[in-house]
Amino acid sequence: MARKLLLENVNVPGIQTFEVYRQKGGYRSVEKALSSMSPEDVVDEVKKSGLRGRGGAGFPTGMKWSFLAKPEGKPRYLICNADESEPGTFKDRYLMTHIPHLLIEGMIVSSFALGAKTSYIYVRGEMMPQIRILERAIAEAKNAGFLGKNILGSGYDLELYVQPGGGAYICGEETALIESLEGKRGNPRIKPPFPAISGVWGCPTVVNNVESIAAIVPIILDGGDEYAKIGIGRSTGTKLISASGNVNKPGIYEIELGLPVEEFIYSDEFCGGIANGKRLKAVVAGGSSVPILPANLILKTVEGNARLMSYESLAEGGFQTGSMMGSGGFIAFDEDQCIVRNTWNFSRFYHHESCGQCSPCREGTGWMEKVLHRLEYGHGKMSDMDLLIDVAKKIEGNTICPLGDAAAWPVASAIRHFRDEFEWHVNHPKDAVERNFGLGNYADSLDKLVEAEN
Amino acid sequence: MLKVTEIENIDFRVELLEEFSEIIKRYPEGKHKAALLPILHLVQAEYGWLSTESMERVANFLDLQPIEVFEVATFYTMFFLKPQGQFVLEVCRTGPCCLVGAEKIIKYIETKLGVKEGEVTSDGRFSWRGVECLAACGMAPVLQIGPDYTFYENLTEEKVDQLIQDLKQNNEAIKSDSQIV
Ligand SMILES: Cc1cc2nc3c(=O)[nH]c(=O)nc-3n(C[C@H](O)[C@H](O)[C@H](O)COP(=O)(O)O)c2cc1C
Ligand code: SF4
Repeated sequence: MARKLLLENVNVPGIQTFEVYRQKGGYRSVEKALSSMSPEDVVDEVKKSGLRGRGGAGFPTGMKWSFLAKPEGKPRYLICNADESEPGTFKDRYLMTHIPHLLIEGMIVSSFALGAKTSYIYVRGEMMPQIRILERAIAEAKNAGFLGKNILGSGYDLELYVQPGGGAYICGEETALIESLEGKRGNPRIKPPFPAISGVWGCPTVVNNVESIAAIVPIILDGGDEYAKIGIGRSTGTKLISASGNVNKPGIYEIELGLPVEEFIYSDEFCGGIANGKRLKAVVAGGSSVPILPANLILKTVEGNARLMSYESLAEGGFQTGSMMGSGGFIAFDEDQCIVRNTWNFSRFYHHESCGQCSPCREGTGWMEKVLHRLEYGHGKMSDMDLLIDVAKKIEGNTICPLGDAAAWPVASAIRHFRDEFEWHVNHPKDAVERNFGLGNYADSLDKLVEAEN
Repeated sequence: MLKVTEIENIDFRVELLEEFSEIIKRYPEGKHKAALLPILHLVQAEYGWLSTESMERVANFLDLQPIEVFEVATFYTMFFLKPQGQFVLEVCRTGPCCLVGAEKIIKYIETKLGVKEGEVTSDGRFSWRGVECLAACGMAPVLQIGPDYTFYENLTEEKVDQLIQDLKQNNEAIKSDSQIV
């Protein structure tokens, strides 16, 4: 069995309550940090752990914390990003629902490390039940002296609040989230200045994902070095993977980074294989924004190495033949799924969610949606694929925030790897409306494909 | 700091106003605009939607220009700018849900309720709409119903029938039937 750092106690009855959570050793990291460590010590442990942000970008958390400006007379803020809206990702919902005190505990230690005296958990508005759960957990923790004034007699004060969003994917982007927390539309800000210098209300701010904050707890308890022993290379620790789509056992799995993708998909400990005895056609491994890969490329790299669930291995081959870890939203497609339809669906999503500030994103996402729609519904042209790639290129890198890239990558990668399926839609418009292209040779071994080409 | 006494002429319920004032305390002095989203959620839970009048009242309470409230209410998808059915079924229509049958469920709901997306049934009880990813892809297909945002997962046509019947028969059924996922 894989080692679990975050979800070890998730099935303990009553773990949602302070009492049971505490009995199971909860809040010891707060006791340890506040009684025997300085804020700098905590930051050092996090640096040593090698923890990388679990929200999608994978930026080292300890380094991010050390960038936080500390000007005299200005408060500093920690905001937890619980906006979780990246299609395919549902781990933060799970964590907040089932073990809310882990997040509260992580928030206290992290706020202490950053010198924040007020912190916020920004939760997407649709998660009202989770907002209530967190509010209850905060009240319990405060009642027990872990929040409020002079926590555990240490002289450290902290207030923690939950802030609801209003239903907008873009508010997961950290500067849009800050705007939203200030009570405005979620328009991302131009960087620099970065939030570490000027974030919420113009004050130095750190924004971290729910899972990143939760991981601080085992890091402080066991030490950063211990944490770094788990995983592989620069992918340290454990990661929550959200498995969805056509697998036998969709759900949340805590894995040690470095687990082979094949094991994750087929082992009974994890997804238990593809549902209904079908075959795997493709995977989006890190949430809808990362490039889609056909079955053969997700299981093995072009070099023939087994692909692993790690930041490096998933990215091996760059965008030509690799993808990204992203948020860990692992979406599996079986042989009966239509890649064109799914790409159109994702495009519609990004068009719908574009905040509209930058013309390449606002207009480009709309164009991609339209062209993909006509391809899917049998009115496409052979030139549409190049048109789509052209539009995607014009968005990529030309926008204020990465939503533009996130919209472009799925389209570009779908055409790169599944061009014959797109062409089939153009050549067989009637069939394309009535049935799906099928598995093609996307699951065939790479050696065989190379041989056939030569 | 804003005081409740300053806005006594507004006819939101007193308890609601007290909740507003509590919310404002979460933010630093002078940053009460941050209370806008939480307050709009409360107003929508109270009235079922956000009328121009209610948004103007919120603006008045928070000492904002009405446009500052309108521009926020129009940006975020959760806020309704016109009256809805008593129950709004919000069904996820994004990729992962569609891999396991969301499109069929959406068509089924449309046929079953007999109204198009965004319209209200003649008895005023139901409306429905497709929404983007609800972060529940492992329990797909899913739908949610405000104002508590109770959640219904692994939907089948039978489950939709049951849900609609329960909602019709007994408004309380949504509470006891609901799951927190
Ligand atoms: C369009 C967009 C949506 C995002 N959505 C989320 C989200 O829902 N949750 C999240 O934690 N990070 C999200 N991010 C990443 C955040 O901007 C930020 O990098 C992250 O919260 C930092 O936390 P971490 O370092 O702990 O990962 C998103 C980024 C973009 C560009
Ligand atoms: S890239 Fe898109 S979402 Fe991001 S700021 Fe520009 S228009 Fe808004």
